[in-house]
Amino acid sequence: MYTTDQYEGMIAETVAMHGADGERVLAYCARPLGTGPFPGIVLIHHMPGWDEWYREATRRFAHHGYVAISPNLYERFGHGSPEDVAAAVRADGGVPDDQAVADLDASMRYLRALPYVNGKVGVFGTCSGGRHAVLAASRVDGFDAVVDCWGGGVVMPTDQLTLQRPVAPIDYTADLNCPVLGLFGAEDHSPTVDDVAVHEEALTKHGKEFEFHMYEGAGHGFFYYHRPSYRQAQAVDGWDKIWAFLGQKLSS
Amino acid sequence: MCTMLMKKVPVEGFGRGSDGWFDMKQANVSWDHPFHAPEEHALNIDFVNESYGPGARVAVELSVEGARQLAETIQSVLSEAEDRGLI
Repeated sequence: MYTTDQYEGMIAETVAMHGADGERVLAYCARPLGTGPFPGIVLIHHMPGWDEWYREATRRFAHHGYVAISPNLYERFGHGSPEDVAAAVRADGGVPDDQAVADLDASMRYLRALPYVNGKVGVFGTCSGGRHAVLAASRVDGFDAVVDCWGGGVVMPTDQLTLQRPVAPIDYTADLNCPVLGLFGAEDHSPTVDDVAVHEEALTKHGKEFEFHMYEGAGHGFFYYHRPSYRQAQAVDGWDKIWAFLGQKLSS
Repeated sequence: MCTMLMKKVPVEGFGRGSDGWFDMKQANVSWDHPFHAPEEHALNIDFVNESYGPGARVAVELSVEGARQLAETIQSVLSEAEDRGLI
């Protein structure tokens, strides 16, 4: 429980690591001051880019006692305003899945190498980041929990597969080795309620541990307080579910 | 990229970006999440010159109706200009 008399401190800064193919990837890292050990969390930014909301979310996780890192998955598209860079990525159909998974693997290993991380690392993502979270946890060993917030494109019809996204993440479900928390809006167009049901069915079929919540009155991106999609009650409840889930799965 | 509804078209012209006028080479047209328009999806057009980096961009985010009217109006104006021998 958060109390007014507790000591609190945080450090948050841009760091660099070696991502896919050894290339430099910048990341934003925030952690509580102290020796810990703290659980780790990789935050995967959404389609609109490595932006201010993700900086804030990274610090929010640190405030809640996590060593949090958010890599710039758009690093290879150059630098500029998050919107300009994200627009260039949008024009190219997104970053290649293999590259994103390798960058997220590197982020997880970055956290695991830190002396104040407790050996547990989760992954959190929203929008395209939710999809990347499911994908990375399915293809890489070393994640202990997944939080998928409205990740569209986990379920993909064959005609939507591309060179960048050649395999639907749901097709890797058998390889997923950690529990999943999924938060979705019933009015979302991607993923739809039916998409989420298909994902649930696959997780059940393969005997995976998961907890999905479908929020009525919410659509895509209901955590984003700077957008009309924000839904206060659903967002508050969603964050509470995240803290409860990760608190249970990532404690040492 | 969430919808994967995107097309690129070569466009010769000039646009005024954050650093002033630049020569555009391409328009990227998508139906996807906008950055500013208060909707889940919008018809987004980015006029760009990729050789200048991601900042060389003139962006619009249009409603469905606005996009259709714009497309029709462009065709209409060009047709009238042709009819009057101006093209």
